[in-house]
Amino acid sequence: MSDAALPLKTNDLATRRDDRRVRGESVAVQILLIGLSLAFLLLFLLLPLITVFVEAGARGWEAYKAAIFEPDAVAAIRLTLLVAAVAVPFNIVVGIAAAWAIAKFEFRGKNLLISLIDLPFSVSPVISGLVFVLLFGAQGYFGAWLKAHDVQIIFALPGLILATVFVTFPFVARELIPHMQSLGSADEEAALTLGASPWRTFFSITLPNVKWSLFYGVLLCNARAMGEFGAVAVVSGKIRGLTNTMPLHVEILYNEYMGAAAFAVASLLAGLALVTLALKTLLEWRFGDAIAASRRH
Amino acid sequence: MTHPLFRRLLRAGLVLGAFSLCFGVVAGARAQTELLNVSYDPTRELYRDINAAFIAEWNAKNAKKITTIRQSHGGSGAQARTVIDGLNADVLTLALAGDIDAVAERSKKLPLDWQKRLPNNSSPYTSTIVFLVRKGNPKAIKDWGDLVKPGVQIITPNPKTSGGARWNYLAAWAYAEKAFNKDDAKIRDYIGKLLANVPVLDTGARGATTTFTQRGIGDVFLSWENEAFLALKEFGADKFDIVVPSLSILAEPPVAVVDGNVDAKGTRAEAQAYLDFLYTPKAQAIIAKNFYRPRHPENADPKDIANFPKVELVTIDGAFGGWAKAQPTHFGDGGTFDQLYKPAR
Repeated sequence: MSDAALPLKTNDLATRRDDRRVRGESVAVQILLIGLSLAFLLLFLLLPLITVFVEAGARGWEAYKAAIFEPDAVAAIRLTLLVAAVAVPFNIVVGIAAAWAIAKFEFRGKNLLISLIDLPFSVSPVISGLVFVLLFGAQGYFGAWLKAHDVQIIFALPGLILATVFVTFPFVARELIPHMQSLGSADEEAALTLGASPWRTFFSITLPNVKWSLFYGVLLCNARAMGEFGAVAVVSGKIRGLTNTMPLHVEILYNEYMGAAAFAVASLLAGLALVTLALKTLLEWRFGDAIAASRRH
Repeated sequence: MTHPLFRRLLRAGLVLGAFSLCFGVVAGARAQTELLNVSYDPTRELYRDINAAFIAEWNAKNAKKITTIRQSHGGSGAQARTVIDGLNADVLTLALAGDIDAVAERSKKLPLDWQKRLPNNSSPYTSTIVFLVRKGNPKAIKDWGDLVKPGVQIITPNPKTSGGARWNYLAAWAYAEKAFNKDDAKIRDYIGKLLANVPVLDTGARGATTTFTQRGIGDVFLSWENEAFLALKEFGADKFDIVVPSLSILAEPPVAVVDGNVDAKGTRAEAQAYLDFLYTPKAQAIIAKNFYRPRHPENADPKDIANFPKVELVTIDGAFGGWAKAQPTHFGDGGTFDQLYKPAR
């Protein structure tokens, strides 16, 4: 018994040593690499996050509550939710349509369309905001017409929504396109041959197939929609209680020497990021097999 | 199993989106008497107090109530830009006349001679430029001449976007004109050296204040007097000292009703009353309490007035021929600032 176990053990050790020799890394290098990445995570991700919550609670629970329930803060939170509630569904619909067109059909200019979808990622958010000012501002191309018809876009809710839609547009489409492309159109063709209507095919075949990618895209899109600063700052006009979103409100509070209040509102945004992360992890953990299966499909 | 759920989710999302859009439009259309005061950076605290006092007084006398006075703050030049681009300001309370001139010229929403419409050049309060230094004044900065010593780091915002920074720049220029007996080459040399000691140009006065006070950058901060007092109040007198130079400039932050906007919104009476209120004894006392120099010091608390040191002040009209001349000469494209400022590489 022990005779049989011994060679097996040495064998095992030998392969492990071989392994290491093949990879060419000593234990020291491994420890160094792991240590480096851990230190990086700690310094650049965990520490700032902890700081936000520590600073937020620095003046106690009452001060925290007062900062969150202050009328301008409530207005900022409501506005941020409202902007996301319009921008995200819009991007879901348009994102699905764009991904569907790109993945399932061949047409001229398809690559151009893909590049265009990526455009908001490569343009600085400040530019994204300025573009809308140049289009819809009082001195802009449509400024005179808008004024004559008493429509306010820039420095009002529509401008905030436009800027947010623009910046967050790629998230849904970007998640869906590679997934839909890898799926091919065999399932849809089968459904159509069996007599399903195009709508039925879409809702019963296409959408369920990509549901996890869609969910990912929506999560990321929502997180960015609520956290966007640059583009929104340009079109907001910074009117307190009216066109001030949460990220802008954080900056204003900080500038008014209300550090604790600024971090209190910031902690809500950080909390949102954590919820997003938790949801994503939960999905991967709970439905990991389903996700993998639908991706392999 | 999942697709009806997804369909429901999608539908719910669409309905929610449509609903919130309607809600937003309805909320925007609801008629309320609100004023929007577009102001510059350091006035946040001042107008918070003024607004409360004015609303109480107006609502006690008038049937048509004012519910809110909205505030927007930023660098003075940047704020003027947003109003030109269509921000619906009822009143402008900016850092200098040049910025309201720009709004008048480009948006045509108020007459070019707007500054004659209210007393005291339409400036119900004034201020000046002082130095804020670290406690004990370790670099021994006493006057403008000390700013160009090697190794002195100066914090001042960008004159292109900040009104305060333009007053800073002109105050330094006025000092140099006097010190070098109007020798143009020496003045330019002095200003160039001063700008070379500036490590970072923030867009607005408040950003520069946080750079100096909270991020701890710089030895001396060229600041609005009111902003310097506020920093002492917020952070404690044990952190910073105020140094009053031998000569400074009389800064007149003006106010104006934006005719085009108030007529469209039907808020002219309220907007006019709001600005007139600034000249009343009650407002003048609030102004002094917030560290601005009131036009009528007799109406303010003598204790607040005692804060303000006596200092020789030049005026923009006397020393620079008014903003209409100073703006293009010094801050326009290719003006003296553009010629003399070389960003550190």
